[in-house]
Amino acid sequence: MENIKEKLSAMGCTDLLQADRTLSVTVEKNKFHEVATFLKEGRGGMVFDFLMDIIGIDYVESLGAIYYLCSTDHPQELLALRVSTSDREQPQLFSVCDLWDSAELYEREVYDFLGIKFINHPDMRRLFLRSDWKGHPLRKDYDASPAINPIPAHNEVIDDMERSSTIKIELGELVEKSHQIFGEKEYIVNFGPQHPAMHGVLHLRVSLDGEIVKKIDPNFGYIHRGVEKMSEAYTYPQILHLTDRLDYLSGTMNRHALCLCCEKALSLEVPDRAHYIRTIFDELTRIASHLLGWGCICMDMGSITAFVYGMRDREKIMDIFEETAGGRLMVNYNTIGGVACDIHPNFQKKVKELIPYLRKMIKEHHILFTENPIARGRMEGIGYLSKEKAISLGAGGPSGRASGWNNDVRKIEPYAAYQHADFDVVLREGGLTFDRYIIRLDEIEQSLRIIEQLIDNIPEGFFAAKTKAIIRLPEGEYYQRVENARGEFGVYINSRGDKSPYRIKFRSPSLTLVNALKPTVTGSKVSDLIMVGGSLDYVIPCIDR
Amino acid sequence: MYDFSVLTNWIDQWLRSQVGDSWALFVEFVLVGIAILTAYAVLALILIYAERKVCAAFQCRIGPNRVGPFGMLQSVADMFKILLKEIITIKQADPILFRLASFLVIIASICTFGALPFAKGLHAIDFNIGVFYLLAVSSLGVVGILLAGWSSNNKYTMIGAMRSGAQLISYELSCGLSLMVIVILSGTMQLSEIVEQQAEVWFIFQGHIPAMIAFIIYLIAGHAETNRGPFDLPEAESELTAGYHTEYSGIQFGFFYLAEYLNMFIVAAIATTLFLGGWQPFHVPGWESFNQVMDYIPSFVWFFGKSGLCVFLALWVRWSFPRLRIDQLLNLEWKILMPICLINILLMALCVL
Repeated sequence: MENIKEKLSAMGCTDLLQADRTLSVTVEKNKFHEVATFLKEGRGGMVFDFLMDIIGIDYVESLGAIYYLCSTDHPQELLALRVSTSDREQPQLFSVCDLWDSAELYEREVYDFLGIKFINHPDMRRLFLRSDWKGHPLRKDYDASPAINPIPAHNEVIDDMERSSTIKIELGELVEKSHQIFGEKEYIVNFGPQHPAMHGVLHLRVSLDGEIVKKIDPNFGYIHRGVEKMSEAYTYPQILHLTDRLDYLSGTMNRHALCLCCEKALSLEVPDRAHYIRTIFDELTRIASHLLGWGCICMDMGSITAFVYGMRDREKIMDIFEETAGGRLMVNYNTIGGVACDIHPNFQKKVKELIPYLRKMIKEHHILFTENPIARGRMEGIGYLSKEKAISLGAGGPSGRASGWNNDVRKIEPYAAYQHADFDVVLREGGLTFDRYIIRLDEIEQSLRIIEQLIDNIPEGFFAAKTKAIIRLPEGEYYQRVENARGEFGVYINSRGDKSPYRIKFRSPSLTLVNALKPTVTGSKVSDLIMVGGSLDYVIPCIDR
Repeated sequence: MYDFSVLTNWIDQWLRSQVGDSWALFVEFVLVGIAILTAYAVLALILIYAERKVCAAFQCRIGPNRVGPFGMLQSVADMFKILLKEIITIKQADPILFRLASFLVIIASICTFGALPFAKGLHAIDFNIGVFYLLAVSSLGVVGILLAGWSSNNKYTMIGAMRSGAQLISYELSCGLSLMVIVILSGTMQLSEIVEQQAEVWFIFQGHIPAMIAFIIYLIAGHAETNRGPFDLPEAESELTAGYHTEYSGIQFGFFYLAEYLNMFIVAAIATTLFLGGWQPFHVPGWESFNQVMDYIPSFVWFFGKSGLCVFLALWVRWSFPRLRIDQLLNLEWKILMPICLINILLMALCVL
């Protein structure tokens, strides 16, 4: 890191700050691409090959973006690269799409919310809002008046998704060029937003040649609720409730991330009992999510029975949640400083009964589906995602680990009670659909191991630390990541000392997974598109936020 | 025992004595038609109920249990629902072909259904080329499916129809070739004659190994013909929403639905007739008293029992297997089933010689 620091300041970077394990760097707009290339190519000794997130932020006097970079060789170290532009009328930054594939969607998101256009971005469309939406909601001068964007009383004209534009520098001048996304004569089929296999309201426009997929263009925003915008007006305990509703299948873990982030900011000491309970709840949620994920892959391949089996076993976990927390899907259990209430007296007994039951059932699932020759024949050899591509796309979590990318945040920076449990990160080298399928069942086994070790050792004591009635985070920036069932879930908070955040950003692991569809599926059959989509296991509300 | 021809002959003679030959024939046609249509509809309701219950059992659920005892009237209620539903006409669809398609599918299915020997003496029409007729008529359904997919003017239905065309025409070959094995063995295509020859030993046992291979291949290929999982590519729910019948509603959709269930039964019934002795009871040569006990069971019970068993097999497969991909599907037919079928025919010819 020291080496990089020196070289970066030699390149003209300012405000180098090392806090925790995050190096924060500010770079001038025109030098930005050069610095980014330097970091990506690893000329400073560390290859920053993983672009975790781009956070667009309105500083009022300028519009900026923060690039969170990470090196997969040293995953503990983060680098926050800041760049800003003072032009509020025509804000423009340089795109890093040529360096990291994940930048494509992140930059579109920044453009959507803050109006910053990225030069050289191949496809500068809005990501979530309709193309005819006026204004950029995360700007501080955004006018939310319904007169500007009225609720339509009549059927809307279908959003024009055919055209996109690119800004390029030609002969020293910026030129905006418009282009067609699909060719005139391509056979385009809409998968979604209402489609049985889209796991929500994702809209894929797929160009087909017979049965073969030629090109995919995902469209988001059908369930966009403006969570980040809403959060700017909510207090922190209120925001907690929104996190459950992002990736509703790993709600506990998302909420855990925000709690940890707030606790870090407040330097709050959380009792060990709360840490243990949180960890057990996280792992139970992960099992429930993986069971459903497993069922969905099977259902996408036409095996409805397997889906029902997955749901049946998941039901047991939901019952345990219900007994302790009252909620089933939205558990609403973690609070800042601990958990909402103590565990139910039956909790430990029920969890201990669940472990052998699930082990038995997973064996049955293997017999029913994994060993089925048709299932094997369909999953093997299809949907290859190489490790390099997975890192570049930021497709983490189980899908990344199936390609051999060791990215488990539980091991990288153990939070809560994970350092007290002994477990393995399941890694596979294949990167095929079958690897992404089997890794979910294997991770259930690891989660059971974690729970087994923790369930009897929950320390006595309080289940929550005392907090003030009104929580105000001290001024500053905080970033916390946790491993949710789909990958790395990050929370970025920029606080100005208020009871609500100045800017909050959630890193969605699912967003990058959808982008991973393009390289994995192009050239395969339509049925593989659905199957690979199932194996990537994205959840749409998390993407759309 | 329980010979239905006594009843049918009596009705025939009584009608002839009352209204004369040609009118009697006319009335009989109408009666047979009504009987077959009723049987078709009732059987479909039973099959739908059976499927829902069997599927529920496989999935550790209860299944329908609210309407009537054990939910037995559920499919009747569903029938009324589907009859009362509005038939939506698609603006951009080809109106004539769109309507014609569902009729073609169900007519092909009813025509096949009508020619089956249900019980002793309960056989509407006995062609001397019965097997040929069954194959020819049942394959008309694919025209309906192709038309449905094409005339709906929808991309999902189009893909579904194309898949279905490729699938049905391919599997038609295996179906036909595996039935030919029995035709070689029995030396006739007449269904009544085929059933009669199995009075002592069913063809699946008479024909040794080739007949068993043919039976298994027929079950696979026949199952593929019915467009049901794992061969449900034309209507692959998770890929093409509902495939070729995405745009249909009300009773027009009901026709496709009925035809699908009845085709499943027809495949089972043909397998029963040609391989499992049709309505003949199970006999073991030499065990006289056992054979006599078996004879007491009515012939239609034998027929529906055996068909029910085959239907159960189909349901079992459907609810435990994932769907094939189109290239795997065609590989299975052209590279595996077809060559086996051809060799099997040779084997059978050698056996018979």
